[in-house]
This record gives sequence, C-alpha cells and structure tokens, in this order.
Amino acid sequence: MIPSKEDFFNALAAKHGSELQKKFAAASVAVCGAGGLGSNIAIALARAGVGRLKIIDFDKIEVTNLNRQQYFADQIGLFKAQALKENLFKIAPYCEVTAEVTKITEENVTSLLKGFPIVCEAFDKAEAKAMLVNAILENMPETYLVAGSGMASLNPANLIKTRKITDRFYLCGDFTNDVDAGTGLFGARVLVCAAHQAHTVLRIIAGEFEV
Amino acid sequence: MTKVNGKTEAVTGLNIAEIVEKFGYNPARVAVELNGAIVPKARYAETVVKENDTLEVVSFVGGG
Repeated sequence: MIPSKEDFFNALAAKHGSELQKKFAAASVAVCGAGGLGSNIAIALARAGVGRLKIIDFDKIEVTNLNRQQYFADQIGLFKAQALKENLFKIAPYCEVTAEVTKITEENVTSLLKGFPIVCEAFDKAEAKAMLVNAILENMPETYLVAGSGMASLNPANLIKTRKITDRFYLCGDFTNDVDAGTGLFGARVLVCAAHQAHTVLRIIAGEFEV
Repeated sequence: MTKVNGKTEAVTGLNIAEIVEKFGYNPARVAVELNGAIVPKARYAETVVKENDTLEVVSFVGGG
C-alpha cells in the first residue's frame, strides 16, 4: 500500500523541517542528461521531495551504463528519460516528472527549459556540456545552473568539489579527470559528483547560495 | 594585474579567442566569464581584456 501524498510530505517534513519541505515541494528542476550524473541527481531530488522534475535525454540504456546509472537490467534498450520516469514513480509517486526524449541543441534549449528556474547539466561529452552552459548563461540569465565536470578515474573522491563560478552558475567535479584519458569511470565517484550537484540544487531552493 | 583562473597572467590587450588559444584550450569545450559575466561565444574575437580584469575560463572534461 503506497502512502498518501500527505504521508510523504509529513515524513519528509519531519526530516527537513516543514518550511523547507514546502519550498522543495514547490520547486521545479530540469535535469539535462539521464546518465550517471542525471539519473542519480534526479533520484536524489525526488527522494528529497522536489515537486516537479523534467528529464531530458535522447539515448537508450545499454549494459555498459549499469555500473553507475540508476536503471535495471530489464530496462536495457529503453529510452533513459522514460525508464527514469518509471523508476522515479516507484520511489516518489507524487513527484511530477516529465520525460522528454530529445537531443538538446542551441536552438531548442530555451523552449525545453522554460518554466524551470534551476537546471542541472548532466551530459557526458565535454562539447555538449559547454554548449548547454553557454546557451543557458547567454540566453537565460535568471536560471540557476549546476553543471558537472571531472568525475572519471579512480582518483580520490575528496578531489570532487562544488565551485561557484558566477552568481547563478555552479560547477561540481574535480574539473580535470576526463573520461577520454582512459582512466575509467567508477560508479561511486560519479555518484559523488551527482550528489554534489543534487545537494547544490537543494541549497539553492533553500536560499543558501554559498558553497 | 589581469587574472586568468586566479593567476596573474600577461594577457592585457589580447582578445578572448587569443587567450583561449594561448592557454591551449579547446574553444568547443569552454565557457568564459569576464568580471563575473558570461562572454557570448560570438564575441570572443571582439572582447579585449583590460588591465585589472578577472577572467575565468571553464574548460569542460568528459564523463557523466
């Protein structure tokens, strides 16, 4: 038996405080990319009681994703955005999730992210990350942007940090270790970066802007 | 004293495109802030860094 919406709210309010929980419930966050960063960010935000999430990803789940991405073996072949929506529903049934199977481009970014004052960049390719960050900072100056860069390799998890680059642009990662260097991509370390991003989002919603 | 990513560098008088190249960044992987504001990609060549400016070149790496 699934608890009611009120039961969920009260359980979270007992952990976070009622005033803060109201802010989380009223928040809308877009997650661009539903891979190692995005799937973990979305789950953390849904578990915290964020009211509305938009998941945007064009890709399908592959067996190589399962070391770090929040999917199940029987979901291989499905679109990530849609599979993540299903998984989020099992975790947080009252979180309003929109799944968009689309490739984000400079042309569609503003329309896709309209109505979402907080955006997480959770792509894997460096060029795509730069494209999204530039497009948002240039065209959506009111948007809070939380991006990830540098979580590959088995280097210490402690190297992963959150930096505040400008008033509305936060960057999480070690800023250095590129997956293209061939040093591997370890689920736990990717999760550390995703947790930095998700936690930064919660702090922004709470009105805490320092890092 | 012009700062690039927190370090004092001799870049006064250069434009952003020249600075990105000088430090060996891939232009397709960067976002550049000048005194806390984003520099649009289309304006890299015409944006010249002045004395006492603070420049931040964020160079993204892959993985996610």
